[in-house]
Amino acid sequence: MNKIRLTQAAGLPACALLGLAALPAQAQAQDTLNALVWCDHTDAALIEPFEEAHGVTVNLREYEGTGAAFAMLEQSRPGDWDVLVIDTIDVPRAVEAGLLAALPDDELPTDDFFPEVVMASSNSVDGTTYAVTEKFGYNTISYNADRVDPADLDDLLAIWSGESGARLAIYDYYLPVIGLVAVGLGLDTSDLTADDLPAIRDELFKMKAASRSVGEVVASQTALATGEADIIVGGGEWLTAVLAEEQPELTWTIPEQGAVRWSQSIAVLEESQNQDLAVEFVKYVVSAEGQAALATSSCFWGMPANQRAGELLSDEQRAVLRWDEQDDYLSRSQLYPAPGAQLDGQMQDLWLEMLQH
Amino acid sequence: MAISNTLRGWGFVTPALFWTLAFFVAPFAIMVAMSLATLEGRELIWGLDLANYRRLFGQSFLSGAIIVSLQITLTVTLISILLAYPLAWIIAFRVPPRWQRLVLLLAILPFWTSYVVRSYSWLLVLSREGIVNNALMSLGVIAEPLQMASTRFATVTGFVHFFVMLLTLTIFANLVQLSPNYRRAATDLGASGWQAFRHVILPLTLPGIMVGAFLTFVLCIGDYITPQILGGNNELTVPQVIMVQLGRRGDFPLAAALSIVLMGLVTLAYLASARWLRLDRV
Repeated sequence: MNKIRLTQAAGLPACALLGLAALPAQAQAQDTLNALVWCDHTDAALIEPFEEAHGVTVNLREYEGTGAAFAMLEQSRPGDWDVLVIDTIDVPRAVEAGLLAALPDDELPTDDFFPEVVMASSNSVDGTTYAVTEKFGYNTISYNADRVDPADLDDLLAIWSGESGARLAIYDYYLPVIGLVAVGLGLDTSDLTADDLPAIRDELFKMKAASRSVGEVVASQTALATGEADIIVGGGEWLTAVLAEEQPELTWTIPEQGAVRWSQSIAVLEESQNQDLAVEFVKYVVSAEGQAALATSSCFWGMPANQRAGELLSDEQRAVLRWDEQDDYLSRSQLYPAPGAQLDGQMQDLWLEMLQH
Repeated sequence: MAISNTLRGWGFVTPALFWTLAFFVAPFAIMVAMSLATLEGRELIWGLDLANYRRLFGQSFLSGAIIVSLQITLTVTLISILLAYPLAWIIAFRVPPRWQRLVLLLAILPFWTSYVVRSYSWLLVLSREGIVNNALMSLGVIAEPLQMASTRFATVTGFVHFFVMLLTLTIFANLVQLSPNYRRAATDLGASGWQAFRHVILPLTLPGIMVGAFLTFVLCIGDYITPQILGGNNELTVPQVIMVQLGRRGDFPLAAALSIVLMGLVTLAYLASARWLRLDRV
């Protein structure tokens, strides 16, 4: 039997097509920065100030899921991409794959960050900083305050027991929702093993039985905004903040057991031909100005890692982000589960089983 | 001269042959080979292992997707035929010829909008506070809103909206080719209107029905967008499971095995309908 890395199966048409699609339009031009990002980076309010200040063009490509990003990078030519936005918990995987360049940590304003989200254990390996946290938030419970009594949301397990009669929907991403179930069961999300899955499975099945739908971001927002669902399990500020202006009754809370915390990091790619410009971009994004724009991006809102961004946000924006409650929220939240490959596969099978249930 | 004709023949055939080899036979062979490989971590292991197929048929949440896909596809095909045939009949025989073009244009108007936008529109129409529930409640038909969005009903509705138009076109094209003399001859021989339709018109229009039904089957069973948006992920079809394998797991071998099974279902549908698939009649 022949063993090859999946993405080295270069003759495969699917991979070839993916590879072509992954090529940045203006690869390797010195006045262009190519960045693989999440959708919140595509807001002109974030990108244009940097482009104007440096006289360059930032070429952005959105992706979903770390696996998709790795596949795109492996199928691109060396140097095609300069910057990568990635789940903070996946930074060590990227470092292990040799994808990331060292960052000048003395030039990064991490002293101004919320201490809990510096996450040196993820962003640094063997004392070298490879990424820096830029934004964070919570996978918890979003709900319609006109229809749901917040007191009914104190207990996670009770929310999906079906007893309240509220209409539930589930955010369709296995890691945070499995993490949230684990939090509800009193488990530590960082210590989950295959032995924990049967108990999690039971709760997921109860949750599915009590739910109307399982949807990604837009579908979840639509469900909440149209009244199809009163509660989104796995939601948070990133789901309801963009709806808050027109529908202030759509809000979110953290139950007594706590919630799951997500965070995203930004890094420079090892094979970037524009390392200096890429580092400047990273420094801009984690500056107070960049952080304020990123926090209130039109795609989704989230807490900036840099506390100084708060000085640039309006009172209304800080209220929507629950700025003043972050100390409490940070102390009560756990990180996404970060399973190894085998447990990750088992979790994905469990998620599929729940969907098909 | 004979050699020249042979060469000329190959000259005509070669581009099509090359096209078929390059864009069907070769990808299909790669797909089969991939379905027999396995994934360990991020390592792809080539071989002749049926593990993906064993997994596919051994795990209920994977094999269940095949059943869900077949149930939805057959339901959509049947409902679309039942709605499209009378519509095509009315356009062919009841609408004056000078208006037929306009009516056909109106019939295919839904094709002009984005598939994704159309699906999201249905989601809003069928939602708890959507136009259907509001209308039924205003009329006093129901007291509480019905759960229609994020159900199989919504998925089927979205599909039927699209495929009724497709089937109407294929059946209409078949109907207008029929000479009115067939019906006249049948009634002259004593057949009632129903008997003339049942024993003369319907058999003659089967090619149009079957071509449309086959296209509906192929497009519906392979569709990802509609069940993803309208079904609310409450049950998964084969394309949705394939997308999970590709997008989240990067499990190309299992995705390939699922795709081969999907192709097998389409092949079975073709074999079942092949005797009626006569494109010259459509």
